[in-house]
This record gives sequence, structure tokens and C-alpha cells, in this order.
Amino acid sequence: MQKIIGFIALIGIAIGIAWWSMKSQDEAQQADAVSSDPLKVGFVYLTNPGDHGWTYAHEVGRQDLQAHFGDKIETNFVENVAEGPDAARVIRELVEQGNEVIFTTSFGYMDPTLKVSKEFPNVKFHHITGYKRSENMATGNIRFYEGRYVQGVVAGLMTKTNKIGYLGAFPIPEVIQGINAFASGLRSVNKEASISVVWVNSWYDPVKESDAAKVLIAEGADMLAQHTDSPAMLQTAEKAGVKGFGQSSDMHEFAPNAQLFSSVNNWGPYYIQQVQQVMDGSWTTGEGPDHWAGNTWNGLSDDYLVLTEFKNMPADVAAKAAAARDGIASGSLNIFEGPMMDNKGNQILPAGTVLDDGGLWAMNYYLDGVLGDLPN
Amino acid sequence: MIRLSPRQNVSPNHLLLVPVLSVLLSICLGGMIFAALGYNALEALYQFFVAPLLRPDQIGNLFVKACPLIIIGTGLVFCYRANIWNIGAEGQLIFGALGAGWIALYLPESWHFMMLPLMILGGMIGGALLAAVPAFLKTRFQTNEILVSLMLTYVAGLVIDWLVRGPWRDPLSFGFPLTPYYPDAALIGKLSLPVIGKLGQLHWGILIAVGISALGWFILSLTLAGFRVRVSGDAPRAARFAGFSPTIVTFSVLLVSGALAGLAGMVEVSANIGQLQPHISFGYGFTAIIVAFLARLNPAAVILAALIVALSELGGDSAQIAMGIPKVVTGVFKGILLFMLLAGETITRYELSLDMRMISRKMSKGDADV
Repeated sequence: MQKIIGFIALIGIAIGIAWWSMKSQDEAQQADAVSSDPLKVGFVYLTNPGDHGWTYAHEVGRQDLQAHFGDKIETNFVENVAEGPDAARVIRELVEQGNEVIFTTSFGYMDPTLKVSKEFPNVKFHHITGYKRSENMATGNIRFYEGRYVQGVVAGLMTKTNKIGYLGAFPIPEVIQGINAFASGLRSVNKEASISVVWVNSWYDPVKESDAAKVLIAEGADMLAQHTDSPAMLQTAEKAGVKGFGQSSDMHEFAPNAQLFSSVNNWGPYYIQQVQQVMDGSWTTGEGPDHWAGNTWNGLSDDYLVLTEFKNMPADVAAKAAAARDGIASGSLNIFEGPMMDNKGNQILPAGTVLDDGGLWAMNYYLDGVLGDLPN
Repeated sequence: MIRLSPRQNVSPNHLLLVPVLSVLLSICLGGMIFAALGYNALEALYQFFVAPLLRPDQIGNLFVKACPLIIIGTGLVFCYRANIWNIGAEGQLIFGALGAGWIALYLPESWHFMMLPLMILGGMIGGALLAAVPAFLKTRFQTNEILVSLMLTYVAGLVIDWLVRGPWRDPLSFGFPLTPYYPDAALIGKLSLPVIGKLGQLHWGILIAVGISALGWFILSLTLAGFRVRVSGDAPRAARFAGFSPTIVTFSVLLVSGALAGLAGMVEVSANIGQLQPHISFGYGFTAIIVAFLARLNPAAVILAALIVALSELGGDSAQIAMGIPKVVTGVFKGILLFMLLAGETITRYELSLDMRMISRKMSKGDADV
């Protein structure tokens, strides 16, 4: 026993000595690093990036950013950061470690980011998908709903049962925009088809997503769409022989026969644009009297949203999908255009008008074509 | 067969030496894991244990992280000493936050001077209410409190989810699941220490935590109520002969631990979040179970145990930010550390022996899977 204790104590002492020598060496290296001075950019991730879904798309964007600027910047990320007080601590820590530009990549980081942005006025913060801004906190988002219109067109042309299943994460404006855009696309080609929405109450829960997909298929849905993050719905669709659309990243490897296409969130251009502006000194948060105008919110037109290859569908459907995609990108096709009716028969927009961004964020209704009531 | 028998005399030297050895052993093991994965092991260990203690604001954050663990852990010690296994502190924390949140959101302006005391009361009642369910079911129908308290955690999670998406949602939140911000009177402020000033995010909830831990130690060690709890756990038959009612003991320890978990929820939300959202706790109720055992079920030691656990949490973040070590790896290291500490504790108090007789009996029966 005595010998063992002695042995371990020896190891401990050795580690201690090596430790201090390493530390002083590191400090010397760090002092060197400052002189070359790459811009440090930090990212906060909700989950482990993995190989699909929301955080993975951000990780791809970060890699694009790093590749674009090379050794002019240094990017760091922290994964698995819970939305809440821990997030504020991690964001502060990123600042303390010298990051000058920070991207927080989930809605729940909104208030923590705002709080920390006020403590460090010289650091430039970007919050993804939120609506609160400050002098040094900008907001960025992608017009995800544009891809869902194209999904609606494809589903409307492909469905035989006229029943579309839709998995929603939470009834928040971003998800409702998606459902309504899908309905708009669906009804543009098929007046008979309608959408059944199931709320999963999670962004990522493969078991629940798969269960919900099974229920929708059992009720006759032959087209599935999702506003959740896992490939479980597509895998279920693959087994049941129905079709569906992927989310956030290309998911065809999970469901080679079932995925019609996937809307891919392409964050690279946004990150590159923002960092470039910081380097040029032209960066602003866009905070002004017209609140929504300050939001960097691009979609198909700027390749912030990219649709993967149209597969598993007849050529004429693919052509119509491509036409819808290109129409949205060029601005010739308006997704939310009057006359627009909700599913209770009330008019939302009169003919000849188009919904503005403020209206998009205030959506609290289902459009015609969606079954049921919006939970409140 | 391995047998654990309590040691007659535990040498005080061992009590001090074993935890140190446990930490050293886990450092060696952790270092090997970091090195095997291609990270600089020494720097990783430095980031894990030392970096979080180098800045004053980080030390403040350490206490912020430990605060709910101390409060919940103290309550759990009461339960576990009485041999009542409350696993549902997470749910009780949520109910406490709801009780306090209800007061914070709906108390009329003219009552604001009473806000925090009422919220503390509301938090404790909320947590105790949820803990009363397993207490009632156990004493009335002999149900298993482990299952009941654990399952109620999921119920609590769904209740808060429903409230923040439905009745309590801020009408100005664009449909996002958040309640309005608490009024200023309902927020726990930052603690300004004499001489040092503010330490990071340190709030005066930590004073509540330390006070609770001291009070817990006093009650458990020096009062008749504490004696009842200890005897009921150590020798239930003796407790019954002495006339201690098991029903009263079961109820009181569960209500105390529920109330304290609820208090932790109230403090966490008022000090760190300022509004209710679908997720307000990230496993504090479960982590506090480890804290209670790490503290050898002694309320006074809960503070130290909570600080160790909090350090391993902050260390994981710091290793990730500075070196890009994935959180799962630092999670494994954290697991090794806690396992070593608990195992060390066990072999200090208990003697490990191979029971040869049992082995030979099994062997002779041809039972190979010993």
C-alpha cells in the first residue's frame, strides 16, 4: 500500500512540474500569437454538430468562413450549450478568450446574448433567428419558408391521397411561416390537398418524430414534411414507401428513395458577409425605426437557402419545382400574396397586396389548406 | 462474490488521503484519455482544473453554478439519511420555479415590497407540493418513492411547457414560449462583497445556500428531529420501538427536500434568468444526487461537494473553448473523477473482501458466472 501511494505521489509531482513548464511555454507562444493578430470568431452551438441537421449546417458555415478567410481569422466553437444562464456564461467566456465576433446559433440564446452584448460594447454579436438587437448585437436569419413553398408545389403534384403530414417543432412564427408557405405552394397546384400538422414539441427527438410520422402515414398521408431536425421522419417514410422532404441539411443518405429534396441552410455566405463587414469597418446591427428591416434575412435569392437536387419525382414535377424555386429567387413569385384567406374563411390580405416582413413575424393563423387550429 | 463490510475504525489519515489519491488517479487516467485522443494532456488538465479558478469572475461563476446544487443537495441529504430515495428533485425544482413565478408575474404592484419573501414561500410550497405526492402514496399505499418522484419530473416538465406556451406566455413575445420578464422587485441582485466588490455573476442567493447548508447540518446533527431522521434510516426497527412514526419521518424529509429543491428553482430563475421558459434547469436536480453522496450525506460538506461538481462543469467548458475538446470527452473525464471520489469514499469506510466460501459454493453448483 505504502509503495502504491508513493508511486502515485511521484506521478503527481512529475505531472505538476511538467504542467508548470508547459504553462510558461504556452504563455510564450500566446504572446507570439498576438503579434500576427488573426480576427477571432466564436460560435455557440446548441448540440454536437454531428452529420445532419441544424447545428451541422452552422458547422459547415463555420468551415466555409474559415476556408474563405484562411489564416486571417481563427474560429472557435462551443457545442452542447444549453439555452439559459449557461449560455451567458459560455458567451462571456468566449469574449474573455479574445473572440471579437460571436455568433450564437439558436433562438434561446437571444436574451443571454443581449445581456452579454451590453457588458462588452466592443465585441460584435450576432444572434441567429431572434428579434432583439442592440448597438453591438445584430440578428440574422434565413427565409426557410421559401423552400417550403417549393415543397408544397411538389407535394401537391405528387400526392395521391391528398393528405400531407407535417411535423412541427413548436408553434412559433418561424414554424408557422413554413406551414403557411407550404400551404400556399400546395394550393397553387392542388385545391383538394390539405395538411395535417403534428406538434412534436422538440427540435430534435428521433423517437417522437418517428412516432408522429407513423401516425400520419397510418392516417393516409403519402407526403411528409418536417420542421424538426432529425432524419427519423424520412427513415420512417423510407420504410413505409412514402415520400418526404429533408431539413437543414441534405438527408438523402438516410432515405435514398424517400427524400424528394432537402432545403439546406447555407450559413457560409452570411458569416462571410458579416465578418467581411467587421474587417472593413462597415459592420452595423441595422437597428433602426423599422425593426424588421435591420434583420439580415435572405433566402433562395442569395443562396442562403439551397435546395438539393430534385429526386424521386417525375421530370415534369421537377421542372415545376425548379420554376417555383427560380421564381422565388428572382422575385417574380410572391409566396404570400393577396387575396389570402385563413383556414376559417377570414381574409388576411386583400387582392393586389403582399405580406411584409412584419406581417410574416406576426403570423398567428393557418392559411387555407391547413387542417385544425393553431395551438395557443 | 465481493463483500462490503463496514470498517470498525476509519483512520482520519485515510479520510484525508483517499480523496487526494482519487483525484490524482483520475488525473492520470484523464490525462491518458486526453493524450490518446491527441490533445496535449497537461494543457487539458490545466484547462480543466486551474483555468476556471484564475479569474475572479470565474470564481464567482463557480459559486453561481454550485448554488442550486448546495440547496437541493442539503434537502436530499435529509431524504437519503432517512432511507427515502427522492430522485425527483428536478421536477420539484421546476414546481418551485412555477410557484415563485406565479407570484412574480401576478402579484399586485402595491405588494411589491413583500415580493421576494412571498416568492421564496411560493417556491418552497411549489416544490413541497410535488414531493408530497410520493410521500402520500408511499405512506398510504406503500408505493415506491423512487419511481413516483422520478416520473413526476416529466409531469413537471410538461406543466411548465404548457404554462409558458399557453396561459403565462408574454403577448409581446411574437408567439415564442416565454413569460414576460419578472418585475425588478422579483429579481435577486448581484452580491457586492466587501473589499473585492462584485465577483462575476455572483448573486446573494449564495448566502441562502450557505445558510441552508449550515441550518441543515444543525438540524440533522444536533436536534431531536434530526436524530429521528438518522435513526429511521439506520435502524428502522429501533426507530419504531422508540415511537418515531415512519409516516411523519417520510413526509417531513420528502417535504423538506421538495421545498428546498423548489427554493433552488426560485433562486435560479430570479437570479439568472428573470423569466420562465420551457427549460429552466439543466439537470441540477439530478446532479445534486451526486453532490449529496459526494458530501457523505453530511449537509455541511455539501458546499464543498457542490463546488467540486461545479468546477468539473466549468472546466469542461473551458477545455472546450480553449482547446476544442468535445464536451463528451470532458463529460467522460468528469464521470471518472466522480466515480473515483465515490469509490475512494466507499473503500475508506468499507472493507472489500472476496468471499471465498460463496465462490466455492457457486463453483461446486457448476454456476460459472460468478
